[in-house]
Amino acid sequence: MGDTTPKIQILKNALQPDLSAATYQIHDESHTLGNALRWMLMKNPKVEFCGYSVPHPSENHIHIRIQMYDNLSSLEALLQALSDLDDLCVTIDEAYQKSLREDHYEQWEEQS
Amino acid sequence: MASSSAAASSSTLPPSVFNPRRHVGVHAERVSDVSSTDYPGHYPGEDHSWNLAKFKEDFKIEVKRLSQRSVEFDLVGVDASMANAFRRILIAEIPTLAIEHVYVSNNTSVIHDEVLAHRIGLVPLNVPPSLIKYRSPNGVPTDQDTIVFKLELTCEVDKNAPKEKGAPRKLIHEEVLSGDLLWIPQGEQQSVFTGALPIPAPTNKNIVLAKLRPGQEIDMDLHAIKGLGKDHAKWSPVATASYRLHPLIILNPSKPVPPHLAHKFAKCFSPGVVQVSKDGEISIDERNLRKESMSREVLRHKEFEGCVELKRVRDWFIFTVESEGPYAPQDLFPESIRVMREKIANIRRAAEALLADADAPAGPGPDGDVEMGGV
Repeated sequence: MGDTTPKIQILKNALQPDLSAATYQIHDESHTLGNALRWMLMKNPKVEFCGYSVPHPSENHIHIRIQMYDNLSSLEALLQALSDLDDLCVTIDEAYQKSLREDHYEQWEEQS
Repeated sequence: MASSSAAASSSTLPPSVFNPRRHVGVHAERVSDVSSTDYPGHYPGEDHSWNLAKFKEDFKIEVKRLSQRSVEFDLVGVDASMANAFRRILIAEIPTLAIEHVYVSNNTSVIHDEVLAHRIGLVPLNVPPSLIKYRSPNGVPTDQDTIVFKLELTCEVDKNAPKEKGAPRKLIHEEVLSGDLLWIPQGEQQSVFTGALPIPAPTNKNIVLAKLRPGQEIDMDLHAIKGLGKDHAKWSPVATASYRLHPLIILNPSKPVPPHLAHKFAKCFSPGVVQVSKDGEISIDERNLRKESMSREVLRHKEFEGCVELKRVRDWFIFTVESEGPYAPQDLFPESIRVMREKIANIRRAAEALLADADAPAGPGPDGDVEMGGV
């Protein structure tokens, strides 16, 4: 997939000029990231509305709609959500490795 | 929820498990309270904004069972969207190698070239994907991005086999097995796959690919390349990766099960989940609770109406990951986290670039609409 489509585009026909409400088109992503990102954005009390969609199954992109309170920037909120999501991943990874190292769990032989 | 708090006081499970907000109701013909509600603004006066420190308090991950093929672990305290993201990545977005190009020089067997090629493509290989690059879209294969195998067999009568009267003839290569794939090192590959690294081969040597009769032959060159499960299931590193929600059975203290029906009640659940004492008193064995199949059999009997509530814990995920490829089962989940973080980093880079030229938002065409993606 050696295309040059930009990773993120802002849909111009649904945009507040100050970015307080915007729809982001993210290329080469799916429900996998869309739903998780939507969840993290909704955890932000400054986000008035957030929703995502996969507009068409054979188009390889998702739309994320973000509307903010107090004319705040939706792009800032998006960046914050991405960084929080990354922290979450690090936490899960560390906890899993710790459990794998230290916990006593059943080990068994499985026939293939 | 009087029954919830009564169950919590006599339980070995953490009390927060009995918080009704975490419960998904399981009823005879429907489920209830499926969606999570822990968002800012949902409950007046409560703070549900993202807080890493608070998350770490409630979050738990615990490996439960591990074999050389599969792992089972509990992921507690995260939203379904995160659990589902990891599940989807495990199935579709962790790279592996699989045979993609099949060059047939000869095939006189009864199985058609394309059917055999498809079967060969599905054979899981043991090559660590990190060693191999993705094939460039229009490039020629190189030793960096292609592993070559050869499959060259002729079925013959085994002349050395002892003859027994009435017994069928012994044949050589009557079955073409995945173990017959022969690695042909290219370029510098010979020096890479030495020592601790096993030589490239199928993870299972006993997969029957075709059957031959005497005189039939197969001669093929096979090129394995790196790919993702979302393009074809043959590149999926797992046989299954799934989760289910932890079951919960809550007895109603104000309507106990009549002792003479206790055994009938216990038989409505998976073995070992419900214990009956000598005098017919009922209790839930919480160590076996996860084995409950949630058949809802108990809800079919009128005499048990109101005695019990069936629930699931909305944020307690029991993950089962079965490896079928180069990864050890316990390494697959961390790999999915790595892929997730890569995705996040990619989008972040793009978003930061957008922020840098926020004054002149780049992109869409003159009519203010977005151009169609290049598919």
